Amino acid sequence: MSAPTAVLYDVPGPKARARNGALGVVAVIVVAALLAFVIVRLVATGQFEGRVWEWILYENIQLALLEGLLNTLRAFAVGAVLALAFGAVFALGRLSDHAWVRGISTGVVEFFRAVPLVVLMFIFYFGMPSAGITVSTFTAVVLALTLYNGSVLAEIFRSGVQAVPRGQSEAAYALGMRKSAVMRFVLLPQAVRSMLPTIVSQLVVLLKDSALGFLILYPELLYQARVLGSSGQLGRPLLPVAIVVAIVYITLCLLLTALANYLERRTRRTSPAPAVPADGAV
Amino acid sequence: MNVLFDNLGEFGTRFLGTIELFVLAAIASLVLGTVLAAMRVSPVPAMRVAATGYVTLLRNTPLTLVFFFFAFGFPLLEIADLSFFTLAVVALSLYTAAFVCETVRAGITTVPPGQAEAARALGLGFGQSLTLIVLPQAIRAVVPPLTSVQIALLKNTTVAAGFSVVEAGGIYQVLSERGYSTLVGLLWVALGFVILITPLTLLQRSLERRWSASSGGAVKAGAR
Repeated sequence: MSAPTAVLYDVPGPKARARNGALGVVAVIVVAALLAFVIVRLVATGQFEGRVWEWILYENIQLALLEGLLNTLRAFAVGAVLALAFGAVFALGRLSDHAWVRGISTGVVEFFRAVPLVVLMFIFYFGMPSAGITVSTFTAVVLALTLYNGSVLAEIFRSGVQAVPRGQSEAAYALGMRKSAVMRFVLLPQAVRSMLPTIVSQLVVLLKDSALGFLILYPELLYQARVLGSSGQLGRPLLPVAIVVAIVYITLCLLLTALANYLERRTRRTSPAPAVPADGAV
Repeated sequence: MNVLFDNLGEFGTRFLGTIELFVLAAIASLVLGTVLAAMRVSPVPAMRVAATGYVTLLRNTPLTLVFFFFAFGFPLLEIADLSFFTLAVVALSLYTAAFVCETVRAGITTVPPGQAEAARALGLGFGQSLTLIVLPQAIRAVVPPLTSVQIALLKNTTVAAGFSVVEAGGIYQVLSERGYSTLVGLLWVALGFVILITPLTLLQRSLERRWSASSGGAVKAGAR
C-alpha cells in the first residue's frame, strides 16, 4: 500500500509499537469524539427523527431527486463532449506551425483557465441579458463547463502529444506522411492513450463543477435538495437530503475515479512506449 | 470604463473580500493539508485510515455541496453562531486541505528512497527524517503543484457569492440594482482575476525552471 513511504521508518520494535499503539488509540479517540459530537448535535436538533426521513418513501420526491440527478448528468454529458472537442481543437491550435494560430489559441486557453467558472457562468446568465442576449440556465452551465474544462483538457492533450517520443513523428515524416496524417495516425492515438487517466480525472472535476449550476438556479441535484430541504410539509429535512445527495455525488465520482485507475493499470500493462510519468501531469 | 470608475468602491470592497477569503483559507488549508499528509505516511494505521477517509470524502464532494452543508446545514446544528464569512473560510479550507494533502504526499514519494534510508541509518526517527531530510527535498517537487492548488482556491472563493458573502463574484447584483451593465461589470471581475492569478502563475513557472535546472535530474532518478 504505502511501499514508497515505508522507508521513512524502521520496522517498529517493542517501544515503537507501544508508542504507535498509543498514538493509534489517541487518533481513534479524537476521530470518534469528533464524529460523536456531530452525531449528538444531529440527534439533539432532531435530524434523525422519523419525520424528516419520511420523504425517502414518497414517490414524487424520489422522482424530483431523480429529475435533478438527470439534469446533473445531462449537463455533465453535454459539457464533457463539448469540452473534449474544445480541448482537441485548441491543443492542435497550440501545436500549430503558424505563429498567429498559436498566439490566439494560447491566449484563449490561458484566459479561460484564469477566470473562475462561477464568473463565467454569471457572465452568460446575468451578463448577457444586458447585451440583449438571453440564455437558459442549462446553456450557461454547459458553456461555462466547456470553456474552462476544455482549456484544461487542451493543456492535457498538448502535453500528451509532446510526451510522445520524437522518433515516432520523425519516422512518420520519413515515411512521407503529411503533418495532418502524422497527428491523426501517430501522435494523437498515443497521446490520448497515455493521457486517458488524466483526462478521466478532469471529467471528475467537470462532474463536480456541474453542481455550480445551483448558483444560477439550474435545476440540478443540489437545487432539488435545497427545494426539498426547505419544504415545511416534510419538516425541513435539509441535512438528511444533503447527506443523501452527498452520497450520490461521492458514488458517481468514485466510479469515475475507479475507471481512471483501471485505465491507468491497463495502459501500463499493454503500452510498449514509455508511459508519461504520473507526476508529469499538469 | 465608467462601469468600473463609478463603482470603484464596490469593486474594491469586494475584491478585498475575495483576497481576505483567499489568504485565510490558504493558510488554514496548507497547515491542515500538511498535517493530513504526515498522517497518511505515518506508521500508525488508525491515522492513515482517518486521513485517507477524510481526503476521499472531501475530494469527491462538489465544493458547492461543502458550502451547502456549512451555509445551510451548520446553523441547524445550533453549535455556534458563525457569520457566513467564517463558514465560507471553513468550507474552503476543509475542501482545499484534501488537495494540499495529496500534493504533499505525492511530493514525499518523489524523494529518492536512499535519502530516507540514509537518514534512518544515521539513527534519525520518523519525525526527524521527515522534517530534516525528506520534507526539505520534497518541497521542491511540491511547491509548483501546490501553487496550482492555491490558484484553484483563489478561483473557488467565488462560490461564496451564492452564499451571501461579500466577494467579487456577487457584484452583478449591486450593478443591476444601480442600473449599470452587469456584463461589463463581470468582464472587469474576470480581468481582475486574471490580474490576481498571473503573478502566481509566473512565480510557479520560474520556480519550476530554476529548480528543475539545478536538480540535475535527481528527481528523475527517484521517480519509480
